Amino acid sequence: MSTYEKPRVGFFTDTSVCIGCKACEVACKEWNLIPNDEMEWTGESYDNTSELSANTWRHVTFIEQRKPLRLDGETAGLAEVQEQPEPLRWLMESDVCKHCTHAGCLDVCPTGSLFRTEFGTVVVQEDICNGCGYCVPACPFGVLDKRHLPRKADDTPLALPLLGKKEDGRVWKCTLCYDRLKGGHEPACAKACPTNSIQFGELDELRERADQRLAKLQAEQWNGARLYGRDENDGVGGFGAFFLLLDEPEVYGLPPDPVVPTKHLPRLWASTALASAALFAGVALAFIGGRE
Amino acid sequence: MSVTERGTHMDSYYGRPIVKEPVWQPEIPFYFWTGGIAGASSVLHGIARLTGNEPLAKRALYIGAVADAVSPLLLISDLGRPERFLHMFRVFKVTSPMSVGSWILGVSGGASNTAAALELLGVLRPVKWAAELASFVTGPPLATYTGALVANTAIPVWSEARDELPWLFGASAAATAGAAALIATPSENAGPARRAAIGGSLAALGLTEYMEKKLGTVGEVYKHGEAGKYGRIAKAATAAGAALIAARGRRSRAAAVVGGALVLGGELALRWSVFKAGFQSAADPKYTVITQKERRR
Repeated sequence: MSTYEKPRVGFFTDTSVCIGCKACEVACKEWNLIPNDEMEWTGESYDNTSELSANTWRHVTFIEQRKPLRLDGETAGLAEVQEQPEPLRWLMESDVCKHCTHAGCLDVCPTGSLFRTEFGTVVVQEDICNGCGYCVPACPFGVLDKRHLPRKADDTPLALPLLGKKEDGRVWKCTLCYDRLKGGHEPACAKACPTNSIQFGELDELRERADQRLAKLQAEQWNGARLYGRDENDGVGGFGAFFLLLDEPEVYGLPPDPVVPTKHLPRLWASTALASAALFAGVALAFIGGRE
Repeated sequence: MSVTERGTHMDSYYGRPIVKEPVWQPEIPFYFWTGGIAGASSVLHGIARLTGNEPLAKRALYIGAVADAVSPLLLISDLGRPERFLHMFRVFKVTSPMSVGSWILGVSGGASNTAAALELLGVLRPVKWAAELASFVTGPPLATYTGALVANTAIPVWSEARDELPWLFGASAAATAGAAALIATPSENAGPARRAAIGGSLAALGLTEYMEKKLGTVGEVYKHGEAGKYGRIAKAATAAGAALIAARGRRSRAAAVVGGALVLGGELALRWSVFKAGFQSAADPKYTVITQKERRR
């Protein structure tokens, strides 16, 4: 570990205690000065932010299910207030950038704008990003997006006014509050979370805590409890920000088995080299045979 | 809740996408097309020069130089911050096909335009030869890396076609460079261009079919929407153009020009089809979930 390197930090988001208050969304917006996004009433439970985007770095999902919360028949007193014969459970999960061990966005960024910090997190340097957009489809979780809002007055003027679109044009995402970390503070969302659903800390410690929590929930027969992104051998080498979920990942809009695109890159480059050689050979072939 | 043909159950979050649609504008598929023309024209030019076919060599050089000059303009125009395009050359990253590609385009485009300018002016012949060699060597990767670029994403229909896309783009490049040179070159010198156009077209048609079959469920986006529409245009125009060139391209200039234009248009439609397929593949979460769940089993 170099002088500047710090222990790797991250989030453990325990959805079993999330109450869907969205304090994390608000705290994130406030601290990071994130502009408003065009929200509409979606009719999708209490979720009107809908997805992680350039202007939403914490996103609380709401899922209303006809499934028992626990398999031992315990309903936490909800049976009396629910008039429906079927059990109801309401899942909430505060989604965030996963700060992957093997980050697709960082790998494909052609400018070096995306980098790994001394805390092991993945951050966009906004003075470097030129808005090429490659990281957007390279993220297996759909976290990154281009900001389409108008530029600010003090932004650098366009060198090529004919070609430019007069919007921010850069890519934005969760920085895990890089500035707060540097000052020794926990990220704004974790600070604001009233139930400790969002836990910030050193990743090794968070993983231990998550294992204990999962064991407890499984002993109590919570329906579908599992850790997501805890496994260091998964397709992205484990998440820096991982989750305890109560159903399949795709129920929350998360990929079931994410893989960093660059995992296949050595083979892809080999294939590209072969295709290049074939292009040489093919065009050369066009010069032999056939009399003029 | 839905169930796939193979019996995989899947849920989604209100049907919302899991991966983001690309934010690339129409400049990008146009660039895939011009970059292909530029890259394969460099090869056509180089071999024509080596074999002493000067009329073809000159025309392929000029066509490649124009395509090479247009390409960076398209790319810069697509950037969210066009004034920062030089940031592409801050670093060289082998993990980023866009970084590698920017350097390839920079070298290849610079070389072909230098060579074309010196050819036009008739000066500095050793420098011109060096530039020609540089553009010759960097031409094929320029034509094929764009296939690697889209395949190196989380978009199912692109990443699952990672073994085919560089080949498909290479074949398409050969077809378009041949077609462009065929339009510009007198019949008696255009033999190699004709054969490159026909051969590239046939290879592109075959590879498209193969790719769509191999992709299975994920590949169904090529049957629907914009991807389907442009895909059908691509197949019809390319096949018609190649057939016309094969049948009449040698004797009739008109047939060569119309056939060449059909191939050029068809291959542009092919790039559009692949581009649009990526958006459609991202928009429906089932492709992401099915690919991952059925791979895991």
